[in-house]
Formats: sequence, structure tokens, C-alpha cells
Amino acid sequence: MIFNESFIEVTYIIATALFILSLKWLSSPKTSRWGVWAGEIGMALAIIGTLLYRGIVDYKLVAIGLVVGTIIGVPLGKVAMTAVPQRTALSHAFGALCVTLVGTSEFYLRSPDISPFMMSVLSMEVILGSLTFTGSLMAAGKLQEVLPQRPITYKGQNFVNLGMLALAIAIAVILVLHPDQTRLFPALIFIPLVFGVMLIIPIGGADMPTVISLLNSYAGLSAAAMGFVLNSKLLIIAGALDGSSGFILSVIMSKAMNRSFTNVLFGGFGQIQAASGGEKEQRPVKSATPEEAAAILAAASRVVVVPGYGMAVAQAQHKVRELFDALTKRGVNVTFGIHPVAGRMPGHMNVLLAEADIPYDRLLEMDAINGDMAQTDVALVIGANDVTNPAARTDASSPIYGMPILDVDKARTVMVIKRSMAAGFAGIENPLYYMDHNLMLFGDAKNFVGNIVRELSGSGSDGH
Amino acid sequence: MKLDLLTGLYVFMLAAFIGFEVIRRVSPLLHTPLMSLTNALDAIAVVGAIILAGEHKSNLAAILGTIAIIAATSNIVGGFIITDRMLRMFKSSAPKKP
Repeated sequence: MIFNESFIEVTYIIATALFILSLKWLSSPKTSRWGVWAGEIGMALAIIGTLLYRGIVDYKLVAIGLVVGTIIGVPLGKVAMTAVPQRTALSHAFGALCVTLVGTSEFYLRSPDISPFMMSVLSMEVILGSLTFTGSLMAAGKLQEVLPQRPITYKGQNFVNLGMLALAIAIAVILVLHPDQTRLFPALIFIPLVFGVMLIIPIGGADMPTVISLLNSYAGLSAAAMGFVLNSKLLIIAGALDGSSGFILSVIMSKAMNRSFTNVLFGGFGQIQAASGGEKEQRPVKSATPEEAAAILAAASRVVVVPGYGMAVAQAQHKVRELFDALTKRGVNVTFGIHPVAGRMPGHMNVLLAEADIPYDRLLEMDAINGDMAQTDVALVIGANDVTNPAARTDASSPIYGMPILDVDKARTVMVIKRSMAAGFAGIENPLYYMDHNLMLFGDAKNFVGNIVRELSGSGSDGH
Repeated sequence: MKLDLLTGLYVFMLAAFIGFEVIRRVSPLLHTPLMSLTNALDAIAVVGAIILAGEHKSNLAAILGTIAIIAATSNIVGGFIITDRMLRMFKSSAPKKP
């Protein structure tokens, strides 16, 4: 059956090419949907090729797996856009589960006849897979708010975590030297499973974009390790692509927060805040009503809207679109300034605003919009806090000093929609709120934007 | 075996470089769909699971393999559906009234 074997390899080669094209076409919104189609065709080819593999004797189990997986997958593909971060975390967990289970089976099938190299990659596959599995479940739980979102830290946390990791690696080394010690193998799964939980416990919501990217990278690397175990080039390539994608996103996210990976994972943002959160500023702030805000916006010629996680929580994106329409109709130039870490995962804000039908050419990156901030009449901040905090530029003692921010304070007028003066998620004071040209718009983002829209359209139809 | 290892490492290295170059060019606009798409592509691990469950070399392997197929298939199906839904939402400026 030489023909059969090479036929499978050919489907894999075509699938590989289609996967690379798929990612290449994602570079622009214009070609991006081709990317999905290329990925789908590649995936279908690879699966069909695999089903032709002559070693398969039990088609019933395979069919059950494919059908049940599809039944679970369809609703997961149809979740609301606001639930995309937790869905993504959940799918990292599923991917890692698959890799871990395959690795476990391979170990028991092959032991004790496992070469040192094979055992090394197998250990890597299982360690990365298990920790990504529980870590991603924890992240999904925090994002879905079934678990407390506040970072939980305790003394010696890093010591405990690193100790567990070291123990898992030590067991892996023993197994590499003595692959017949099958009794040790369950520990190689169990310890990373616990480690994954412990790793995410100290992570707060604001760090989620980095952590999700990092988990994405781990999921990819574990799949690549599985490719080495199964000697499948297709899997090595897909894993390497996923791993490098997660890695690039992690780097972008960390840079956008001016922190290193190790700082995100082991730094405990919570501890730093506790130290600086003590003193509260008692200076007066200026506030405005929806009527006043509408008048200021209507008089502007250039408005930059800065959305943050608060907009997503308040489900305000559709009202924001109405505001965008009302202002655009009056000839106001409205753009959106998107900080890389706004929201709970990379690109979160773009997806929500695109869902609300805001054209993507109005959504600008931080670097693209900061230069124009000084020529902006009004910067309207909706549910964002730390990413607009000028202390990141000016106050070397601030925990977020050095983090790149959207320079909304350089606009002529700044308006911030916020529920109250309570410090944001990260607990850091924002001096922006006490500036002379800043107006606080107190209230729920959705209601407040709705009220502004009503004012704008009301006065518009009256002919004022 | 040794040759396989080296070939595998070559493949991994080249794929990582291609990944870096291609993904670096992905617009930050599309970072969320990027993650859901790579997630779906990563679920190509299903081919390993299919062989494991299909070969039925042991009951443990068959059971774990089937669960692995379920997990990976749900990622494939869900990942492609949601990525396409997201990408369909990204529209350029419609011709606007002056």
C-alpha cells in the first residue's frame, strides 16, 4: 500500500501549505475570510487523508469522537462576541487536553521501549499540555466570573510554584533515564495540573491579554512536541505556527504593559498596588451632565473615543455606534484609539466595535493616534482607566510608570465616563481625573452614551 | 530515529521562522480572530488522536484517543465558525453622507 501512504503524506503537505496561506491572508481584513476557507480545506484534507490510514481498524470510535466533538463545537462557535475571551481560553484548554491524552496513551503503549529523546519530548508534551489545560480552565473561569477575578497572592507563592515546576522536571529527567518507571508517570501529569491552577491564581483581569497569549503559545508548543512524538511534520508545523503566534502576541501585550513575561507570571501586580493604593487624593474633580457632554461633542470637529473593558462590561458598544453615527452625521471626525491591552484579550475591543458595525478603518492603534491627540478637540474615554493614566509618562513612582498609554490628556478636552471615583481594577490613582480640562461623566456607560445620543439627535431634529 | 529527530528540528525551526514572519504582518485589528484561527489550526492534533483511537492498540489508548478526538474536533468546528463570524463583521467605511 505504498500509494496509500504517499497519498496521506500528500494531503498533509497540501494542508501545511494551506495553513501557512491561511495565516498570511489574515494580514488584512480584505483577504481574511479566504484565510478561514484555506484553513478549513486544509483541515478537511488532512482528516480525510488520516481516515484512509490503513492502520485504523476501529472506525466506530473515530466516528463517535468526530460527531460528539462537532456537537460540542458548534455552540462554542456561536457564543456572543462579549464571551470570546473565555471561549478562547476554553479552547486552549481543549487543545491542551487532546495533546495530554495522546501523550499519556503513547507513553503507556511504548514504555519501557522509549529512547531518551522520545521521552524528553513526550515529557515536554505532557507537562506543557497539563499545565495549559488547568491554567486555561482557570483563566476561562476568571473571565466568565465563576471564579474571583481579583489576584490571590500569598507569601512564598513563587517559591511554591517554581518548586512544583522543578519537581515535575526532575520526574521527567528520571523517566528519561528510566522509561520503565511507569509508576512515576501519573505524577508527571498531576503536578503540572496543580501548577497550572497555581500559576493563574495570582493573575488579575488586567493581565489576561498577556496570559491568554502565553497559554496560546504553550498550547502550540505542546502540540509541536506531540508532532515530534508521533513523527508528524504537519503537527510540528501547526504547533510551531500556533506557538509563534502566541509568542508574538505575548511580546506585544507585555510591551504594551511595559512588563516582562516573568513579571506578569511571577510579579504579582497585586502586591505592588497594595503598597501604592494607600493614599487617596482628595482634590476636586469637575463633572458634567449628558446635556453638557453632548454640547461639547457637537461643537467639536475631531473626537477620539477610547474604549476599555468597562465598555464591554456595560455592553455599551451598540450605543457607542449610535453616538458615532450621530456625530458623523454632524460632520464630526470620529476615530477610535485602541490600546493593545484594552479588554481581556488581544484585539478584544476591535471585535466588539466591528460587531457594532463601526468601520474598521476608524479603529486606530495607539501609535497611529497618539500623534494626532494634540489636534483633537475631545477625547472621550469609555470604561478605560490605566491605559489613559498620564502617571505612566510622568510619575516614576507609579507602578505603571513606563507603560505606553493613549495620550488623551493632550486633547483639548477629555471626558471620562466612569461609574464613580473608585480606583480602577488595578487600584492605581489616575491623575487625569483631576486635570483642569477633564470632565467626569458619572454613570453607567451604556445609559450615559444613550443619553448623549438622545441629546444630540433631539437638538438636531429641533433645528438648533 | 536520529535522522527523524534532526529532520523534525529543521521543520520546527523553519516553521517557527515562517510563523514569525507571517504573523508579524497580521493587523492588530485582527488579533482576536488570529488567536481563534491558530487555535483551530492547532487542533490538527486530531490526526494523532484519530490514529490512536482508530488503531485500538489498548483500551486505555482507545478511550483517551476518543476523548482527544472530541476535544480537538470541538476546537476545529468552534474555532472556524467563530473566526468566520468575527471576520464577517469587519467592514470598511460605507459611503457616507456628507
